[in-house]
Amino acid sequence: MIKNIRILPGTNKDGIKENFSYIDFNIGELYTIVGNTGSGKSRLIKDLEQLVNKDSVTGRTVLIDGKAPSFDVRGETSKHLIAHLGQNMRFVLDKTVGEFLLLHGKCRGIETPDISAIIQVANEITPEAISETMNLNTLSGGQTRALMIADISCICNSPIVLIDEIENAGIDKTKALHLLLDSNKLVLIVTHDLHTALMSEQRIIMENGGVKTIVNRTREEKTLFEELNRAYQSRLKLQNSMRKGESLA
Amino acid sequence: MNKMIMILGAASVGKTAVIKWLVPFLKEENLNPCLCKIDCLYTEDSKVYQSLQVPYVVGLSEDICPDHFLVSNLCELWDWKEKKDCDTLIIETAGLCNRCCPATENTISICVLDATASTHSAKKLGPMVTMSDIIVLTKIDMVSQAEREILIWSLEKLNPTAKIFPVDGLVGYGVESLGRCILSEPAVKTYEEDLLRHTMPSGVCSYCIGEKRVGSAYQQGIVGKIDFQKENAL
Ligand SMILES: Nc1ncnc2c1ncn2[C@@H]1O[C@H](COP(=O)(O)OP(=O)(O)OP(=O)(O)O)[C@@H](O)[C@H]1O
Ligand SMILES: [Mg+2]
Repeated sequence: MIKNIRILPGTNKDGIKENFSYIDFNIGELYTIVGNTGSGKSRLIKDLEQLVNKDSVTGRTVLIDGKAPSFDVRGETSKHLIAHLGQNMRFVLDKTVGEFLLLHGKCRGIETPDISAIIQVANEITPEAISETMNLNTLSGGQTRALMIADISCICNSPIVLIDEIENAGIDKTKALHLLLDSNKLVLIVTHDLHTALMSEQRIIMENGGVKTIVNRTREEKTLFEELNRAYQSRLKLQNSMRKGESLA
Repeated sequence: MNKMIMILGAASVGKTAVIKWLVPFLKEENLNPCLCKIDCLYTEDSKVYQSLQVPYVVGLSEDICPDHFLVSNLCELWDWKEKKDCDTLIIETAGLCNRCCPATENTISICVLDATASTHSAKKLGPMVTMSDIIVLTKIDMVSQAEREILIWSLEKLNPTAKIFPVDGLVGYGVESLGRCILSEPAVKTYEEDLLRHTMPSGVCSYCIGEKRVGSAYQQGIVGKIDFQKENAL
């Protein structure tokens, strides 16, 4: 069982070395990654997923429990350790939802995945239901992401979960995170959202392709998070009423 | 350390992008690569190739099938490589039809597939996929992790002995692993008496030699016809 994943610095978009000697991510912790659009957030978690060894644009290195996985096995290693919800809003695979889940189950050593149960999970986070016979290509952005999340939650039993933005596409963030977060896992969430960013004890600030700083959540910020949480819940209720066409005030 | 590498694949799957990263890697490793691009009428890759600063030749097959054309020129290409004092000859094929596979026993044959286009068509690619030593999957950042896993898994079924490398041609990810694999492949002494891995489609029919008229009366040689007994009942 792995305990930690470490990232060694690369260079930012101007080729200047990042200002840290290493960053450790530990199993059982949640981290968030924030920064302007284009600042390199997605690139950072792709580096982690690909277990890069100086061979991405950033030149970063990723170590697992202190060691760089060898080039031959890193594909397999990554598959076993890491589940990555990318920023994609579309599938390109020309298969039905049922075929997709069956195939992905087989890839990950589950011969007979419970397809209807997984679809039910997806349908809890997207209001417009997905069915087994739908073609992947016809799913909406939100349905696509709901299915990807259900797939990660039910089929990928990986100790590391990388999430590139959960709040877009109109899915239920709380329910989605509930499915993905697990106190035994290492979770990294890329976000533009204040409320999500304050969920973690540590947040990584990205700028110009490099890690700018890492900020620890203060006690005051934790109180702020609880306030934001209440506001988020009441906002969610209003949003649902809005979608139903009800009067809001 | 002499080697011949064939980069096979359909149009616009990213063959040139792979070569663009591979050549600098090989040079770093103190090898002397040279390049040949086979195309039919015209090639657009010259700019990229020239920027790599290695000996470079274009072979335009014009009226001949480019894969047949390539095989007919293998020994000449090998001699050209020797004359240029190079050790690694990289050939990028035109890659138009999926039936021909110009790879020979002694070449390192690398089949390049586009991750966004291959998810249900890999089977159609025939000998190019099943006979390759190495399969490179490009544009991997355009598909989800789950789709990529499914794709790799189905390629492993089609060709259990091939090594498969996911590559992101825009940023060069994966090319170093690919390059190391190429370095570990055995060297070759000569191309005389080398053998194709798979037969080419059989010819020759009237159209191969310039016939333009349509209709059975004009068709001589090896002619295939659709079997209408197999028509799907509606
Ligand atoms: N250190 C770096 N050096 C060079 N290029 C980089 C670096 N980091 C990121 N990039 C490139 O910059 C572009 C934008 O980065 P990325 O997609 O990670 O941004 P982002 O923060 O996720 O933006 P968004 O919020 O819009 O999703 C990408 O093409 C990425 O490959
Ligand atoms: Mg992003």
